Amino acid sequence: MSSTETPKAALPAMTHTVGMPTHHKIIFVGLFAVLLILPFMVYPVFAMKLMCFALFACAFNLLLGFGGLLSFGHAAYFGMASYVCAHAAKVWGLTPELAILLGTLTAAVLGLAIGSLAIRRQGIYFAMVTLAFAQMVYFFALQAKFTGGEDGIQSVPRQDLFGLIPMRDDTSFYFVVLAITFGGILFIYRITHSPFGQVLKSIRENEPRAVSLGYHVNRYKLMVFVLSATFAGLAGATKSQVFHLASLTDVHWTMSGEVVLMTLLGGMGTVLGPIVGAVIVVTMQNYLAYLGAWVTVIQGCIFVIGVLLFREGIIGVLQKLIKKSL
Amino acid sequence: MLRKFALSTVAASALLATPALATDITLGVLNDQSGVYADLSGKGSVIAAQMAVADFDAAGKGINVNIISADHQNKPDIASNIARQWYDQDGVDAILDVPTSSTALAVADVTAEFKKVFINSGAATSDLTRGNCQPTTIHWTYDTAALANGTGKAVTEAGGDTWFFLTADYAFGHALERDTKAVVEANGGQVLGAVAHPFPGTDFSSFLLQAQASGAKVIGLANAGADTVNSIKQAAEFGIVQAGQKLAGLLLFINNVHSLGTQTAQGLQMTTAFYWDMNDDTRAFSERFRAEAGAPPSMVQAGVYAGTLHYLKAVEAVGSDDAEAIVAKMKEMETDDPLFGKGYIRKDGRVIHDMYLMEVKTPDESENDWDLLKLVATIPGEEAFLPMEDGGCAFALAN
Amino acid sequence: MFELLGVPPQVLMGQLLIGLINGSFYAVLSLGLAVIFGLLNIINFAHGAQYMMGAFVAWMLLNYTGIGYWPALILAPIVVGAIGIALERTMISRLYKLDHLYGLLLTFGLALIIQGLFRNYYGVSGLPYAIPPALQGGQNLGFMFLPNYRGWVIVASVIVCFSTWFMIERTRLGAYLRAATENPELVGAFGINVPRMITLTYGFGVGLAAFAGVLAAPIYSVNPNMGADLIIVVFAVVVIGGMGSIMGAILTGFGLGVIEGLTRVFYPEGSAVVIFVIMAIVLMIKPEGLFGNNA
Repeated sequence: MSSTETPKAALPAMTHTVGMPTHHKIIFVGLFAVLLILPFMVYPVFAMKLMCFALFACAFNLLLGFGGLLSFGHAAYFGMASYVCAHAAKVWGLTPELAILLGTLTAAVLGLAIGSLAIRRQGIYFAMVTLAFAQMVYFFALQAKFTGGEDGIQSVPRQDLFGLIPMRDDTSFYFVVLAITFGGILFIYRITHSPFGQVLKSIRENEPRAVSLGYHVNRYKLMVFVLSATFAGLAGATKSQVFHLASLTDVHWTMSGEVVLMTLLGGMGTVLGPIVGAVIVVTMQNYLAYLGAWVTVIQGCIFVIGVLLFREGIIGVLQKLIKKSL
Repeated sequence: MLRKFALSTVAASALLATPALATDITLGVLNDQSGVYADLSGKGSVIAAQMAVADFDAAGKGINVNIISADHQNKPDIASNIARQWYDQDGVDAILDVPTSSTALAVADVTAEFKKVFINSGAATSDLTRGNCQPTTIHWTYDTAALANGTGKAVTEAGGDTWFFLTADYAFGHALERDTKAVVEANGGQVLGAVAHPFPGTDFSSFLLQAQASGAKVIGLANAGADTVNSIKQAAEFGIVQAGQKLAGLLLFINNVHSLGTQTAQGLQMTTAFYWDMNDDTRAFSERFRAEAGAPPSMVQAGVYAGTLHYLKAVEAVGSDDAEAIVAKMKEMETDDPLFGKGYIRKDGRVIHDMYLMEVKTPDESENDWDLLKLVATIPGEEAFLPMEDGGCAFALAN
Repeated sequence: MFELLGVPPQVLMGQLLIGLINGSFYAVLSLGLAVIFGLLNIINFAHGAQYMMGAFVAWMLLNYTGIGYWPALILAPIVVGAIGIALERTMISRLYKLDHLYGLLLTFGLALIIQGLFRNYYGVSGLPYAIPPALQGGQNLGFMFLPNYRGWVIVASVIVCFSTWFMIERTRLGAYLRAATENPELVGAFGINVPRMITLTYGFGVGLAAFAGVLAAPIYSVNPNMGADLIIVVFAVVVIGGMGSIMGAILTGFGLGVIEGLTRVFYPEGSAVVIFVIMAIVLMIKPEGLFGNNA
């Protein structure tokens, strides 16, 4: 590994074709197949949690891996969407699709507001602006009446989908979540492999050049920021329907840190990386829970080993081995 | 999942018919094992549950008990996920402990959904047996209403009739302030003001000075854990107590007092459901507990022991793992154990037992580093907890 | 009587003083962070954990070896600084040429490990550490009762902060350091061992965190989580002051302590978020920070 490596250099050369290359088709078909049988292999609620976090990490990756913008406040969109969705379902009695839509829209609006300020700054300053706003959102969530403060919004009902299809059963809701997350991930893939994605890439690689070519750089940055926030919101809103609750955990800054961890562990700027990273982190939190305080130690060790040895993330390393972008 | 549940009820009814067969019970201790409540619940609660199983001689009575445990990291989604998986896949019959209100409320919902048993010891929110009550929830050790009743009433009656609150700015802190304020005012006292501090906080001196400026006789600390410890420490440092104001810790655990030391905490009054040095029974238990856990049991850990014991008694009486029958039995039987004495479980799931108003000993009175409290008054259970009629638990009031 | 927005002036004076005391901790901590960032280009997210270690080492010295507060004030930073040096040599030094992100993640991982280990061995309830006898009691200033120890905190941190500033900005050693960060090859060519200097700088920055930890031990609960939430506040202080600006970190630390103190009077609930509001405003208007000179 060269000593002048930057996260940008860690990225593999992205394919320039706009259509989906064959091996990506195979990946998505394989992913879909795995998701179809997943609820029969692992616990459905856990599987849904995995998918929500995978979507969250993919949304984050859209911004970091493809937009080159490190946000340290993505918990704000994830968490606020989850609160609004929970409130809509519980107090207004909205059906899941409407509640999730409303949560997602909230995240989009929030993303537009914060993003339009944050994109004026770069690098670490950009990260700090997003952190600052996320802290304010956290403060709002703690103070506002409707969020229930520390108790969160509990016992959130899951109404019938479209008011028709019963969703009480976790297995049937699983397929709704599957449709949402798989659709979301495909959409993100489509964005990154579109002309829009190509422009983003050129901005990330050489911003002054993109400006000189006549691109409205800030407009592109804002757009990717809002898209990323929107999908993060979609993940958060869906999660609140999965667990029947929304809580402060989802807006706390440690959640913003976790999504960075997932993305980097899996490999940023890759298609599969964030998914793999999310699966590893969530599985670890779930299955190591019996180890108590050692969980933090193990998590810390993974961070350290990851940064020292697998800087490109698991998928990044794999990509190098098989010389294909994953 | 539904199929599995149906199977287990079939199995349960089969067992009912032949009580000679062994009953398999799995208990899940779900609590904070790495965060702020790890010392007062954590591994110690698992030890307490194991001791209850051993003391009950479950194996000798044909009940095979298996105890599992996990760390919910104080996150409601993790708690909810573990609870679901435990009930659905690992055959857990009852979940124990679960400190912090948000996780407890989440687990209460999941338990009701799966029609299992939830015996809470660690959480403070009285909502568990009020607005958010569930037929499957049993709340053992304490709640915000009992804490307010104990300390608020005793301190006001003893002449501390003007109060100022230092409130942790989250649901628990506000609930504690609200409940205590009501008790203070009902006893002829007056609340001069309150200041909400961020949670968690480190420096309280600024809030303490505001409390001092209010001129109230009593500064009520409506916070918990490290926040309370820090407030008390800093009140001592700023000479607040020497200047004539009294501190009232509304939620203090023995572990907090231990970390403060008697030098700093002396004279502080607090309400607790259990103290290790009450009588021969509690001392004997605590000694055995300490040999394994390294410290005497907190009231939360004592509650896990007592709750497990009572649950096993009900299992024995019912002769199966049928949750509905077990909960009915638990509420029907009087509670009676070496740690909490005699009591009963109300229809809304609230366990009624005596609470104690304690005072922290002076360094001269304290003989060793865990000899920390002396009894001021015993508050009968009926007085300590909020009456069911005022609680608003729908299913309990319906019939 | 003259009142400001319903707050009597005595109370206000008291709150300002208390804000200044809290600011002392921010100043020492953000100074350490700024030194490390300015000279190593590493965002040391383990700073909160190292602050906590400082307090714990002081506690251990007292309870295991009987060494009291005053020696601990020197010894604990040395011990923790040495651990920091070991970490720098074995891990952090591999990341200097990479993006900030990796340094931040590595040190964040280290913080998790350190906090987890302390939690396993010492629990979370906190350990008692008494105020040294010489500093017990307090002075009645008329408008408030100032504990002697808090007075000492201000004095000690002002001394430490300004001697550090002097050393880096006004001495030959500091000049070498600053030069080495600008152009390590050139400074190395003059026969100065640049890597060693950088290692020692990291150790020094960590030592500052530990020093703040010892200062905090007698007044805040000594527990493994004591630095966990502080780190992002301190980080915000550094950003507001201007990343890498030594004087900026010191002045902003004290200043924000005072602003936070005032918020506690007028809008107590908001005192946890006020620093971030200020950070957002500063970054929008003057992104290089109040005292920084390059964005």
